[in-house]
Amino acid sequence: MRTFRLGGIHPPDNKITAGSSIRELPVPEQVSIPIFQHIGAPPKILVERGAEIKVGEPIASSEGFISAFIHSSVSGKVIKIDKVTDISGYKRMAVVVKVDGDSWQDGIDRSPELKKEIKIEPQEIIQKVLQMGIVGMGGATFPTHVKLSLPRGKEADYLLVNGAECEPYLTSDHILMVERTNEILCGISIMMKALNVEKAIIGIENNKPDAIARLTECARDFKGIEVAGMKVKYPQGGEKQLIKTLIDREVPSGGLPIDVGAVVFNVGTMFAVYEAIQKNKPLIERVVTITGKDMKDPGNFMVRIGTPVSSLVEAAGGLPESTGKVISGGPMMGKALNSLDVPIIKGTSGVTLLPEAESSRKEIQNCIRCSKCVTVCPMGLEPYLLMALGEREMFERMEDDKAMDCIECGSCSYICPSNRPLLDYIRLGKVEINKLRRARKN
Amino acid sequence: MGFVTVSPSPHEHTQGSVPKLMYGVLIALLPAFLVSLYVFGIGALIITLTAMVSCLAFEYLIQKYLLKVTPSISDGSALITGILLAFCLPANLPIWLVILGSFVAIAVGKMSFGGLGNNPFNPALVGRVFLFISFPVQLTSWPEPIVNRLSYLDASTGATALATMKEGMKNSESIPEIMAGIPAYTDMFLGKISGSAGEIAAIALLLGLVYMLIRKIITWHIPVSIFLTVTLFTGILWLANPAKNPDPLFHLLSGGLMLGAIFMATDYVTSPMNTRGMLVYGVMIGIITVVIRVFGSYPEGVQFAILIMNAITPLINKYVKPRRFGERLEDG
Repeated sequence: MRTFRLGGIHPPDNKITAGSSIRELPVPEQVSIPIFQHIGAPPKILVERGAEIKVGEPIASSEGFISAFIHSSVSGKVIKIDKVTDISGYKRMAVVVKVDGDSWQDGIDRSPELKKEIKIEPQEIIQKVLQMGIVGMGGATFPTHVKLSLPRGKEADYLLVNGAECEPYLTSDHILMVERTNEILCGISIMMKALNVEKAIIGIENNKPDAIARLTECARDFKGIEVAGMKVKYPQGGEKQLIKTLIDREVPSGGLPIDVGAVVFNVGTMFAVYEAIQKNKPLIERVVTITGKDMKDPGNFMVRIGTPVSSLVEAAGGLPESTGKVISGGPMMGKALNSLDVPIIKGTSGVTLLPEAESSRKEIQNCIRCSKCVTVCPMGLEPYLLMALGEREMFERMEDDKAMDCIECGSCSYICPSNRPLLDYIRLGKVEINKLRRARKN
Repeated sequence: MGFVTVSPSPHEHTQGSVPKLMYGVLIALLPAFLVSLYVFGIGALIITLTAMVSCLAFEYLIQKYLLKVTPSISDGSALITGILLAFCLPANLPIWLVILGSFVAIAVGKMSFGGLGNNPFNPALVGRVFLFISFPVQLTSWPEPIVNRLSYLDASTGATALATMKEGMKNSESIPEIMAGIPAYTDMFLGKISGSAGEIAAIALLLGLVYMLIRKIITWHIPVSIFLTVTLFTGILWLANPAKNPDPLFHLLSGGLMLGAIFMATDYVTSPMNTRGMLVYGVMIGIITVVIRVFGSYPEGVQFAILIMNAITPLINKYVKPRRFGERLEDG
């Protein structure tokens, strides 16, 4: 069975909301749309306080190459442009809109009708992807147009589509693959055209047989798209692990997928691309899984960007009494929230509620040198060593021992029988190594 | 607001823990213990219980009164040290020697370095080698199998297969002649032989290995590399001169090789931290064991081989790195 070779773990997958149809979350009374939702430079704000805006209207424009447009997800009046606590826990600039009705900008096709024919040229696709605010929706939110503009001298021969969804609990990609199958395939075809590649492979973990079946069936009507089932193993959806699994190539240390001729996109991004190119619809909403063992009515919702997490929790039956932790994302790589007021952004694939009993870390004990952290590391690193070096602030040695290759999947901290915070120290090391690298350049 | 916990990812943690791993090893040791009870009876019971209780007691007392920390004896590691120490002692060893060995294992071998996780040498082997060097007579008279179930200190004794082999070779006897005085391989496999309490039955130890592999307590790298190296090395010697060298199966089934390769060389704390390093470590243990057995003056070499490689483990960890993702491309 197809999978990556080095490391990996098998956390309980807890896909409670698998197969639960996408429901439309009612537009909230007020949204806060952070203008900084992606990796790269913050965009320039285009609206002023008091402005009346429509759904789909740009409210921030791209500044610099690695940046993205932001559009209003609702119609109404801009009541505030101020710093708001976002998912990162930091206060960042956001446009706050008081909702009034739901009137959309002209030219956006909201009909469910499938538009398969691609009439647009590659260069225009890249331009449009930029203007429609498309970013990677798997969580890293890297602006998509940047990935489409290949560096000089590099060529892609594979477009790889990430439908692994290896993160426990989350099912937003899964339901999208089942219910928006043709749209995703069409999005992939558009990207193939933009990148000038002949072959695309969609990688999906085998715990989603319905998605594999649907996509395989529908892919017959599209040229050059293969669907590949993959073994259920975390982090199967890690970019480098996915490439290794699907085309058996290893991205070199410090390199990018394009160095081995691959470009990787998430399935959610492919759906957004379809809507942007074929329907002229900017990225203003996405599927978000709201889930937790004690939730009354967990599910997958189509949510407008900027909607507070609290609205989503309400729609799923309210906050369970037992809640000990609220996570933006899943339990392996998600961020714990300190407030339900933070807005859903383009990279939010789910909100996971953990009960009190599963929320706190267990007491740290001596390292017994069992080497399980080394065994499970998908990058072939030595987490125990990196932590020991981190504790002693030996950051240059951490760099020599490839700390920067860490993808922060958390497998080491997960598996450690002594409950040691391995990843915490590796993250610390990465920050310090970056400082060292900047100092070296100057 | 009801929820208060905010911490960095991952938010999920395995159900595994140190005690679970340690108790898993204890379960894996159970078949060997049962064979030991069957073959040596009351003696095996006395020394095993004595070693386990005294290891626990010494660890508790040292942590509580000397180091003044919360005792952590419930993690099961002291129990493993105790049972492993007993397994490499003759079942007719006086209680006071067992207690002394336990003291050296825990106090010198483990706690003096800072307790679980910090000791460079396998504590049970430290205790065993201390006794072996200090009390060679008591440590090299093993009770005869089966017949001594009801006797302890007064058990009738016999030589082990390895000792018989060494003695015979010293007297320039040929292998077929020596083999006549050595139990059949099936008896060695099933444990109906003289030897230390827990080392005798290859089948019971292999059962423990299978259990630990299934539970993913250890990986195959260390035991398998030891077995293969010993087979290859002794196989070459045997093929070169079958009249002077016993076959590889003899080496695999005799002495403490199985016990050492499966339960002592695989000790987490004192073995290398990645699979490449484990292979280097296993191969070296195999080579040193055979060198001592064949060319040295001691009949058995496993314990020394493991201790020597324990000392080299930090070097292996430093120079033998795991295969990094993207390594091949980077090199090419």
